[in-house]
Amino acid sequence: MTLQLQRVWSRGLIYLALACAAAYFLMPIYVLMITSLKPYTDVNVTRMWELPRGLYFGSFAAAWGMVAPNFWNSVIITVPAAIISSLIGSINGYIFAKWRFRGADTLFLLFLVGMFLPYQGILIPLVQTLQVFRLYGTLAGVIVVHCIFGIPITALMFRGYFAGVPGELMEAARIDGCGFFGIYRWILLPIALPAFAVVLLWQFTTIWNDFIIGVIVLSNPTRAPVNVAVQNLAGSFTVEWNVQMAGALIAALPTIVVYLALGRLFMRGLLAGAVKG
Amino acid sequence: MQTLQPKSAAEEERAPAVAPPALRRRARRIHGDMVLAVLVLSPSIIAVALFIYSFIGWTFYISMVNWNDILPDYTFVGLRNWLRLVRDERFQIDLRNLVFFAVPFMAQCIIGGFLLAALLDQHIKGEALFRTIFIFPFAVSGIVTGVAWRWLMQPETGINLLFDAVGLGFLKSQWYASLDYGMFAVSIPAAWQMSGYIMALYLASLRGIPLEVREAAQLDGCGTFALYRHVIIPLVAPVTFTAVVLTGMNSIRVFDLVAGMGGSGAAYATDTLAFNMFQMTFQANRFALGAALAAFMIILSAFLVVPYLRSIRHEVER
Repeated sequence: MTLQLQRVWSRGLIYLALACAAAYFLMPIYVLMITSLKPYTDVNVTRMWELPRGLYFGSFAAAWGMVAPNFWNSVIITVPAAIISSLIGSINGYIFAKWRFRGADTLFLLFLVGMFLPYQGILIPLVQTLQVFRLYGTLAGVIVVHCIFGIPITALMFRGYFAGVPGELMEAARIDGCGFFGIYRWILLPIALPAFAVVLLWQFTTIWNDFIIGVIVLSNPTRAPVNVAVQNLAGSFTVEWNVQMAGALIAALPTIVVYLALGRLFMRGLLAGAVKG
Repeated sequence: MQTLQPKSAAEEERAPAVAPPALRRRARRIHGDMVLAVLVLSPSIIAVALFIYSFIGWTFYISMVNWNDILPDYTFVGLRNWLRLVRDERFQIDLRNLVFFAVPFMAQCIIGGFLLAALLDQHIKGEALFRTIFIFPFAVSGIVTGVAWRWLMQPETGINLLFDAVGLGFLKSQWYASLDYGMFAVSIPAAWQMSGYIMALYLASLRGIPLEVREAAQLDGCGTFALYRHVIIPLVAPVTFTAVVLTGMNSIRVFDLVAGMGGSGAAYATDTLAFNMFQMTFQANRFALGAALAAFMIILSAFLVVPYLRSIRHEVER
């Protein structure tokens, strides 16, 4: 009986701890939402945690007016960059997994170094190179940069996925006359949909959330991506708190929506990106 | 002399040393495909070689020239920039800040992530919901995180208000405005973003521990704490290593969060190497000094990346 009671207690404590943790993780989003739904007159330091008295969308309208062009810049950058880097990654992953020429594994490890490099380490030559190719300050330049710095992680994710395809399948395809491209097109591509979803989602989130490449390459504020615009809002003392919060929510919305819709894939991406030691 | 007779696969296998034409043709085709594979990969190889390796080399080179103005000046000055950097007070503050950030950040991520994973591993109803809540901050950008937490950590409101309300007023803090503990305040939102990720890594590892291992330990009289202390924590050590590397890397390159929370603060209390490098290079135009800072960051990261790549080497070379 006491053992039973002890069990109930410990289960209760576990759920209590999890609920507290969940409240902690949701707290910033709660504050972002209630603050951005209040008019400025209600944004008061002593009543910060109180729910808004009604639904007020004026802050969103004001914030959207300021960050809308940047939001569309982010769309123009993120969508093609995510798609192109996933395609490149699928080919590279296929080669690293199935065409293991001499030195392929060492080369792959050398690729992975790029995943861990602090961007600061390459910013100066990056700006110089983009200037030479007349890509500095352009959205196209940012897309190219994201595609190149996506090479390591996308190759890693696809390599892991394609490594699970049995060698007999490749052998059979070869006997049927499939070559290098044939195997990719007819054997691997049709089953790669889940991998594409994971990598696309991962690249979408990473590129959308990028700040440093955007702020360095797109110094003109009208061309900057949305996270740079939100940072500018936050840095300006004339923009009201509620408008700042609304701007931040607008910038976070696409990735949050995508995450809520495809959270399971996101978790798989997390695990694929870490290469458990 | 040779008759071109089609041979069956069985015949080919019986006499491989002779290498009949069909097999040779196939071997040639595979070899050709291998060359094709390298060719298709080569643009990526060139991109990585150029944009990663040659850029690293170029950054090191710039750190040893005299380019500390808008116009490039490639006069070689040896280690002069490095010596200036080491003596620079802001750089020394950054090093202190790195420690003040890394220690609490890594502790929150690794201990918090493990605890959450261990709790979620107890056959929880609604596990998927909890997991979603814990991981979603990882999908939020550093800038948005910084903006939200800057509001939460306003000394006159936010979390301090909550502390007052529940009678924990003594916990009130100046947060990121504090001259001594500013970096500790920055580590909290950083860990908010990343501990769910670490939790996911631990959870996957915990799920991989066979039930028999736990049962055997319990038969040996292990209580819950002894089970974790002597069996489970050693078993998830590889994840802990990965977590140390990932959180360590993130400590070196903190940038977005500091930018979102309002910059380097009074007396550089919340300045970081990455933020300093950005301002030094792209706002003050002291490119060579910025390059020395950047090269220093690369060296720091190498201490984490090299052991990590060595550890996954055997897994990569299956």
